Amino acid sequence: MADTAVYKEEGAGIAGQRGFLRKTFLHNMPAKIAALPMVATVLVVFVGCTLWTVYYSFTNSRLLPTGKFVGFEQYERLFATSRWNISVTNLISYGAMSLVLTLTLGFLLAVLMDQKIRFESAFRTIMLYPFALSFIVTGLVWQWIMNPTLGLQGTFRNLGWTGFTFDWIANPRMVLFALLIAGLWQGVGFCMVLMLAGLRGVDDEIWKAARIDGIPTWRTYVSIVLPMMRGVLVTAVVLIGSGIVRLYDLVVALTNGGPGISSEVPAKYVYNYMFSGGNIGQGLAAATMMLLTVIIIMVPWAYLEFGGKGRRS
Amino acid sequence: MSQTAIMAGAAPETGTGTAVEPRGPRPKPFFTPRKIIIYSVLILFSFYFLFPLYVMIATSFKTMPEIRFGNIFALPQQINFDAWVRAWTSVCTGLTCEGLSPGFWNSVKITIPSTIVSIFIAAVNGYALVNWRFKGSEIFFAILIFGSFIPYQVFLYPLVMITRELRIFGTLQAVILVHTIFGMPILTLLFRNYFASLPQELFKAARVDGAGFWRIFFEIMLPMSLPIFVVALILQVTGIWNDFLFGVVFAGTQNYPMTVQLNNIVNSAQGSPEYNVNMAATVLTGLVPLIIYFVSGKLFVRGVAAGAVKG
Repeated sequence: MADTAVYKEEGAGIAGQRGFLRKTFLHNMPAKIAALPMVATVLVVFVGCTLWTVYYSFTNSRLLPTGKFVGFEQYERLFATSRWNISVTNLISYGAMSLVLTLTLGFLLAVLMDQKIRFESAFRTIMLYPFALSFIVTGLVWQWIMNPTLGLQGTFRNLGWTGFTFDWIANPRMVLFALLIAGLWQGVGFCMVLMLAGLRGVDDEIWKAARIDGIPTWRTYVSIVLPMMRGVLVTAVVLIGSGIVRLYDLVVALTNGGPGISSEVPAKYVYNYMFSGGNIGQGLAAATMMLLTVIIIMVPWAYLEFGGKGRRS
Repeated sequence: MSQTAIMAGAAPETGTGTAVEPRGPRPKPFFTPRKIIIYSVLILFSFYFLFPLYVMIATSFKTMPEIRFGNIFALPQQINFDAWVRAWTSVCTGLTCEGLSPGFWNSVKITIPSTIVSIFIAAVNGYALVNWRFKGSEIFFAILIFGSFIPYQVFLYPLVMITRELRIFGTLQAVILVHTIFGMPILTLLFRNYFASLPQELFKAARVDGAGFWRIFFEIMLPMSLPIFVVALILQVTGIWNDFLFGVVFAGTQNYPMTVQLNNIVNSAQGSPEYNVNMAATVLTGLVPLIIYFVSGKLFVRGVAAGAVKG
């Protein structure tokens, strides 16, 4: 391409320029027209809307995005708002617990499923079906199960165990664990499927070699198989992580941020300020913070996956 | 396990001549302590996964007095469809009291066109990215994939303004547009990887024979990509059906999908809550993805794992 362009320019004159234009714009025309929706999506939504959001987060827009530039004022207000700070703390605690437990349980279940067991597909069906359900459905079912008067707590008390307490969704200090129970219920099966695919991808020869060397099974998993599954692990972390940052529907359905504001999350903060709080600048500043979080997670991953190509393989 | 296999493999060598020598691997007892542990852990987890499904269905068949008696484990005394009828036809979902059925039809009206449009566009994208690369096409693709990890909240307000400018805000078209946009990264990745795995000779031969962009797409690529279409279909139908955020922001009150109406039934109900109706409505909302899940089986697994396959 570059060669021909140079050649055309040597020809000089308007004819050469026209040839260059044709080369750049008309070459491969049907493909470019066909890819127009993708190009438009990338330019308008993924680039354009992101820049728009970041720009207007520096304005004092309230009901309409027309405010004037106020620098970091929205961000200062954001981090002075207890609701936002609680949202961030919640996301960090929930996110850390959810990530660690999803990966651990997913891996553990995958290892168990990989022991040439019977009814493997039945177990997989049982573990994965929650993943097909909406977060709203998940949240509402668990809300009912954890209902303090008529759910598990009420049932056990009626059966005679009067000291039984399981009021996590009504208890500000425990509500994140209630969220966790529902979140794990939906997500662990998916993680298990990913991990199982990773385990099955490990060469049998590795296992034979480890056995001949007399390495105990658990040691083989921890020291040999897990490092070999690096790709799957990284993918799982990225997928689970980006899901956690997005956490919204589940909270809306299970607790709606309550009791009080003890289970608020950033995505809900953004929504509330944009669409019912009438403070767009504030919502956009919160959205920009979410974007920043994802960039902080994604850049090291992208670097490891694509930047370090020269190092690996 | 493989040790016994190796020994078994060696056994016939040593045992040549004597006909009574047992062959094959030594039969293992089924109830080894190891197996008992494995199965008990798996069964324990199965209870955790199955319990909500049981509770949902059992509660939906109970009457309110039965529920107030307070045993969530109990089977319904008799199968009672009243809650289901009420959930479908007459429970209040915010402004109106027509049950979940309008929400169901809204979800159908959103899911079908969104699925078709998003899959078609993504298939064309994938095909263009593999066979008709143009300057910058890989960069666009990279941004597309990176963009899929950005939280939707970042795009929400600008998209509201764009759809307002297009005069489709608060209509089904707006939701369909948004689903098409946000389905594009994963689906394009799916189709790109699939088309890249097809033999390039097919495409080249068609080019030599003078077929153009669309002809090759419709007559060669599409007929060969049925499996990936099914995977994309499962992914999109369940994903769009389960969506809450886009429905609540872009659809407008008249067009709220089933998930939004379900949440309204339970969380903004006035008066004393009817748990049996709530659970019947929940089962009804979960039914479509569940049916797809149980019918499609392994294809669903392929669909959800598709996001994990890097290209």
